[in-house]
Amino acid sequence: MPSSERSGEPNHILEFPGGYTRSVGPVIGRFLSELRDGRLKGVRTRNGRVLFPPVEYDPDAGDDVTDEFVDVGPVGTVTSWSWVPNPRKTHPLDRPFAWALIRPDGADTALLHALDMGVFDLGAKPPRRLRTGMRVRPRWRAERVGGIGDIECFQPEVTMITAPSRLEYRLQGGRALDRFLEGVSQGKIIGHRCDVCGQVIVPMKGLCPKDGVPTSEEVELPGTGTVTTFAVNNLPDPRAPEVPFVSAYILLDGAGLTMLALVAGVPADQVRMGMRVRAAWRPREEWTRSMANIRWFEPTGEPDVPFDEIKDHL
Amino acid sequence: MGDPCAVIGVGQTAYRTRRPDVSMAGLLREAARRALDDAGLTWTDIDAVVIGKAPDLFEGVMTPEGYLADALGASGKPIMRVHTAGSVGGSTAIVAAGLVQSGVHDRVLTVAWEKQSESNATWALTVSGPYTTSLVVGAGGYFAPHIRAYMRRSGAPDHIGTLVAVKDRRNALRNEYAHLKIPGISREMVEATPMLWEPIRYLETCPSSDGACAMVLASEDAARQAPHKPAWVHGTAMRSEPIFFAGRDTVNPRGGIDCAADVYRQAGITDPRREIDVAEVYVPFSWYEPMWLENLGFCGEGEGWKLTEAGATALDGDIPWNASGGVLSSNPIGASGMIRFAEAALQVRGMAGEHQVDGARRALGHAYGGGAQFFAMWIVGSDKP
Repeated sequence: MPSSERSGEPNHILEFPGGYTRSVGPVIGRFLSELRDGRLKGVRTRNGRVLFPPVEYDPDAGDDVTDEFVDVGPVGTVTSWSWVPNPRKTHPLDRPFAWALIRPDGADTALLHALDMGVFDLGAKPPRRLRTGMRVRPRWRAERVGGIGDIECFQPEVTMITAPSRLEYRLQGGRALDRFLEGVSQGKIIGHRCDVCGQVIVPMKGLCPKDGVPTSEEVELPGTGTVTTFAVNNLPDPRAPEVPFVSAYILLDGAGLTMLALVAGVPADQVRMGMRVRAAWRPREEWTRSMANIRWFEPTGEPDVPFDEIKDHL
Repeated sequence: MGDPCAVIGVGQTAYRTRRPDVSMAGLLREAARRALDDAGLTWTDIDAVVIGKAPDLFEGVMTPEGYLADALGASGKPIMRVHTAGSVGGSTAIVAAGLVQSGVHDRVLTVAWEKQSESNATWALTVSGPYTTSLVVGAGGYFAPHIRAYMRRSGAPDHIGTLVAVKDRRNALRNEYAHLKIPGISREMVEATPMLWEPIRYLETCPSSDGACAMVLASEDAARQAPHKPAWVHGTAMRSEPIFFAGRDTVNPRGGIDCAADVYRQAGITDPRREIDVAEVYVPFSWYEPMWLENLGFCGEGEGWKLTEAGATALDGDIPWNASGGVLSSNPIGASGMIRFAEAALQVRGMAGEHQVDGARRALGHAYGGGAQFFAMWIVGSDKP
């Protein structure tokens, strides 16, 4: 059938005014009454099986069923399913769902009903969690009338919760870091020289982590340095311009320790240990009190530093 | 070192990508109950509980010692939690041992875990405050430059990392609890996987696992009543160092060298390669085997890769490293250090099953964490020291 005909609006409607009335009899009547009260009841056959939903006769033997009604469910097991990626107007859910055969605990037969697996885009593939054997429970409508639609649909048991986590801070950098960032906001890289070991620590912390003493002597460092070692990262990161990107330890000229920074402006496979680099500052009007003022480090084109001169900074 | 201390119970969960069938408390109880069973004890026999896990931000569970006290039978008993990043499993065991060695308690339960399927370690290791622009992407992003520095400094050929990746995964095939089991694992298979953080390939990294490990540590009196052979603690040591300081050797950190020297001195070991029968060493990236061989004094500097290449660390080598498959095969981060300590104990108890090293009498358990900043080690033996 051409798709225009399949999707086209009907051109003739046959509808019985008000709908036909049906008497449901004692067995199905009991089932629907219990359903309206929010309970699942099956009926026992003469050979002991529990039919759900109940019928008036045993479909295997043809005998009348007994008058013993049995509580089943509400938890049930999916015995088979079919995924509906694009629901139709008359379907019970307007997002992708599964038709499932669900056998409530205590019953020997299964009920066909809709199974809501959560929020999916139209056309989605069946979720991995949807499988035969999964455990499901009915979602009841608040207003029940005594029909199979009193169960809006079934839904998976709760196996996972989400624990939102958010902490709000008011952080202060502290004296040394404030001073460092003040320098960076003016295009300067400032370090502290330790009185004990004589090494320049950058970014400074106001102390020497090795000697455990306060530091205060400021030293301005140039924006040039040497790559000691590096990683070529093949995983994307919002802070890096592209993949692969190079994160490198850079020994600024005059510094006693390396700092980790992005190296760009050169193909990743051409970055070398010992390569000379310089800071690439963003345009002055974009400067803030942040290390982000330095976009990255890029090659200076000078000859590489021999390994011997960097081997003690690894 | 104080009073004698013995491992009388070891319990592990199977390590898996996901354990959706249990809550965090349920996961811990599974390991703890197995340790208690091994020790022939019940919850009420325990005097104190010491737990450890990776940093809070990984799983977003703050002060787990409060939430887990009831689940670990600690009502009315002391419970404490240890923090030392990735080495925490080892440090936790050492703190627990200290409660016995000090004579304070007779039976201490210690548990470490991680439910990585409900955690995001890469995110937790990557977020930074407003004053820093950290460029580290996960643990691999941090360690890759240091591995490159080791390769350059030692002149090790490129394939050494591949050898370790294969060896540890082969060992894992013999360990019923191991997570990553790759039948037929080969160098070609490892080399065919992509570089994540060059020079680290995908199969040269550890998996993300859910799992828990527990031990019961006991005084000499309590050990005498235990149903199975104990492992005796011959020495414990911890060291730490700052992540950045002028003159830091990140490839061969001072903290590790000093920690090893301390634990060997306590155990009376002067030649670790000869005197230790089996070692469980924290190797989350394959290149850390040769690096730690040197740091732990199994050989001289620059020689570690030669031991690996010669097969010395294989299950049939003269000093098997990570017979269990190691961190490369199972990595519930917070538990990984304790698993090393527990596997060392299993080896000297003769209870390591398919991956037992015949006649192991003395074993090293090792853990490291942070930016190779925290070290925890113990030596356990089959004889009481």
